Amino acid sequence: MATLFGSGIKRREDPRLITGSATYTDDVKLPGLCYAMFARSPYAHARLTAVNVAAARQAPGVIAVYTGQDVKDRLTPVPCAWNVPNCNLKIPAHPLLAHDRVRYVGDAIAMVIAETRAQARDAIDLVDADYEPLPATADPEKAAQPGAARLHEDVPDNLAFTWTVAGGDAAAAFDSAEVTVSQRIVQQRLLPTAMEARAAVASYNRGSGQLTMWVTSQNPHIHRFLCSVMLKLPEHRIRIIAPEVGGGFGSKIPAYPDEALCAFAAMELGRPVKWTEDRSENYKVTIHGRDHIEYVEMCGTRDGTITGLRTKVYAGLGAYASTAAPGIPTILHGLVYSGAYTIPNIHGVIHGVYTNGTPVDAYRGAGRPEAAYLVERLVDIYSRKIGMDPFQVRRKNFIPADKFPYTVATGITYDSGNYVGALDKAEGMLDLQAFRTEQAKARKDGRYLGVGVVSYIEICGLGPSQVAGAVGFGGGLYDSAIVRVYPTGMVRVYIGASPHGQGEETTFAQIVADEFGYPVESVEIIHGDTDNTPQGWGTYGSRTTAVCGSAVKVAALKLKEKAKLLAAHLLEANAADLEWKDGQFRVRGSPDKGKGFAELALMANVAWNMPPGMEPGMEATAFFDPTNFVYPFGSHICTVEVDVDTGQVKILRYIAVDDCGPPINPMIVDGQIHGGVIQGLGEALQEIAIYDDEAQLLTGTMMDYAVPKASQMPHLEVAHTVTPSPVNPLGVKGCGEAGTIASAACVVNAVADALAPFGIVHIDKPLTPARVWAAIQQAKGAKA
Amino acid sequence: MKRPVTLHINGRDHCVEVEPRALLVHVLRDDLNLTGTHIGCDTSQCGACTVLVDGQAVKSCTVLAVQAEDTRITTIEGMAQGETLHPLQMAFWEKHGLQCGFCTPGMIMTAVDFLAQNPDPTDEEIRHAIEGNYCRCTGYQNIVAAIKAAAVTLRTGAAGAAV
Repeated sequence: MATLFGSGIKRREDPRLITGSATYTDDVKLPGLCYAMFARSPYAHARLTAVNVAAARQAPGVIAVYTGQDVKDRLTPVPCAWNVPNCNLKIPAHPLLAHDRVRYVGDAIAMVIAETRAQARDAIDLVDADYEPLPATADPEKAAQPGAARLHEDVPDNLAFTWTVAGGDAAAAFDSAEVTVSQRIVQQRLLPTAMEARAAVASYNRGSGQLTMWVTSQNPHIHRFLCSVMLKLPEHRIRIIAPEVGGGFGSKIPAYPDEALCAFAAMELGRPVKWTEDRSENYKVTIHGRDHIEYVEMCGTRDGTITGLRTKVYAGLGAYASTAAPGIPTILHGLVYSGAYTIPNIHGVIHGVYTNGTPVDAYRGAGRPEAAYLVERLVDIYSRKIGMDPFQVRRKNFIPADKFPYTVATGITYDSGNYVGALDKAEGMLDLQAFRTEQAKARKDGRYLGVGVVSYIEICGLGPSQVAGAVGFGGGLYDSAIVRVYPTGMVRVYIGASPHGQGEETTFAQIVADEFGYPVESVEIIHGDTDNTPQGWGTYGSRTTAVCGSAVKVAALKLKEKAKLLAAHLLEANAADLEWKDGQFRVRGSPDKGKGFAELALMANVAWNMPPGMEPGMEATAFFDPTNFVYPFGSHICTVEVDVDTGQVKILRYIAVDDCGPPINPMIVDGQIHGGVIQGLGEALQEIAIYDDEAQLLTGTMMDYAVPKASQMPHLEVAHTVTPSPVNPLGVKGCGEAGTIASAACVVNAVADALAPFGIVHIDKPLTPARVWAAIQQAKGAKA
Repeated sequence: MKRPVTLHINGRDHCVEVEPRALLVHVLRDDLNLTGTHIGCDTSQCGACTVLVDGQAVKSCTVLAVQAEDTRITTIEGMAQGETLHPLQMAFWEKHGLQCGFCTPGMIMTAVDFLAQNPDPTDEEIRHAIEGNYCRCTGYQNIVAAIKAAAVTLRTGAAGAAV
């Protein structure tokens, strides 16, 4: 029987999505629904001396108005859930509504509840607050300087933490190095821009004391936990439903004040409350990504052996510590400084800095794109300095395929890899020699072509719960599944993770259908409702398939084992004599005697004739906690042409060779790679959140923030190698973040190669025409 | 003050009381429960709210509901004929032209109008045609493939398939 594992079948979630019948949070309507809107600070930093809401309360349709003073003693501040140890982490209070001070543009000062959206919108304009402006900056390096305006009284120099990663002896390596290169790198702030902004609908039943919240969440169980803290409501009284969720990219991991305040209002008023973020609000208050200013160095020998890497990083956290924020530029960043290479000496110092910007947290890749970018940029800068081909330098320093599992200098152990295999494949797709010939010819004609290569690794499949605890993550990182087989043999699988576009309703059904010898239509995957799913930890960190998919597999295997014992009983055979063939347990040597899974499910559910000691029913639960993270990898190659008169960068070809282990559904894997690469190309070429000197966000709408459009993006050439992971029963790694981790550095490497004749070594992304043109003019000026 | 309007949507007349300032998209979603039309921005960039007005793709956040009287409106809910999907819906499904699905209704409505004007487009023409519709998940590649595949189906007159 052909397996569904490995088959690019159509997605089972699509019919509702292409017909407009899916239910996203804002589509939820309840009797008596009223609407919340928030009055927000126009100042980046100010003392809040008065909030006058009398006029708003009198406005048509207004039901209630709440200020920070109203809620501060009744609700717990927004918790931060990643207490990274050994870095002197300071987490100042983050009130749900500001009551004495505002710290970024968008900090909420009052919530208005009204009968209609329009009435709520009208009324927030009537909230009249008195501000005494204070000095502000959104620049993490400036905010960390002595004398910078302090955001939180108890956080000197705005330093949230100073975290160090060290392995080997970097100081000695640099002191004795034949070659050293260094670079200041700015990794700009980005706006995650899930196409669906955030929303919440809260409904409280006073009779039962139950709160139900529909919320745009990547991790409803984490939302339940954190809402329980903020609302001071027992966790078992809270039901979180993440219905259809329109993308997340990290921005729907955190707990936010506005969502919890909807629940507060619903409990106060005894009416359901809905809040829907608009895009301008989303850009102001939903978390941002990246925001690093880095001083980075690499050292090595003249013949291309990398011997050391050193960094000093100012990581902007924005005004408050968002849910996972402290872990992003530390655990998920510094620990992967070795990249795909055997760098023996590594030292990194990360300063987490509070600024007057929107809080920064996990954005697609979360710490790992920043690491891959600085490592891969440095490898190219070093290669240029020693006059070696960057492809060859990568090959020379790769961790060899026969050395896995391999422990790098930062102390983590990579599960499996074949880095040269992926690079060979990508290089073969390009024909590097032909491109170099074309490039040389073009240069003679005054045209500037370049090629960039990136060989990335990532740490994902988050992860072993014991490690999560050791690094201060405020939760587990196992995941879970209940496989429930009905009397007719139909299957429902309730999972702890919470996909929102990644297609696990299809891929997980493929896993189960294979085990039971079923068509995929007989298996339905249920997710997103904490009332019927087992405790799980959500969808992020490219973890859902590797961790939750493994739980699905383990639970299905438990049932298959039970079915086998039941089949042996019914066939009056020894279980050891049964084989699973063509969707049936058959007695070896008597191929006409067999029992299919559906029949066995019926017999288990009616329990008329069970083996002694076997419980009735056909249902199993599995909690899968991996023994290690998984480490997907790959090589991407990009060729570009730079118009040196305008600074315009044109991508000629983009080749992605990724290895995420065996793909369950290759069509879905390719789709993840496409989306990830394009997000990274947006980061490389056009996306940047810009604050002015007073920390006002200048890119506050989609008119100003350059989300990639179809006409701006290239066709991608996608291929794979397959190196299974030994740490889970599926052998799978993750593929959701891979593209983003690889592609930004790939483009910048290509542009730097194109502009090598000008002596240009580095240009900070995004490589807008203005920036590239300015770099060329500066280089020409320097040469003149 | 609210006023009554009659909107002709997906072949049916709907009488609703709306504020003169109400946007068509809000009336579709909030008053008529046609929630397949989505809102992804507040500056008419993203295209998630695209519907057909008299056959033309229009961002329904740029139209007041009262302006839409005496027009024929088609939303994503009106695309399938009973159980039979429109060739564009089918192609988005077959080519994996969607992930989270939020942009998909608007993307499909834009493509309907585009293919009516250009039944045999190149990839580049498709990319240009959908630049007013943002997608953050797919990187557009499979959307382009889906629209191209649907163009073939529509040209050859093949019927869609049932869900």
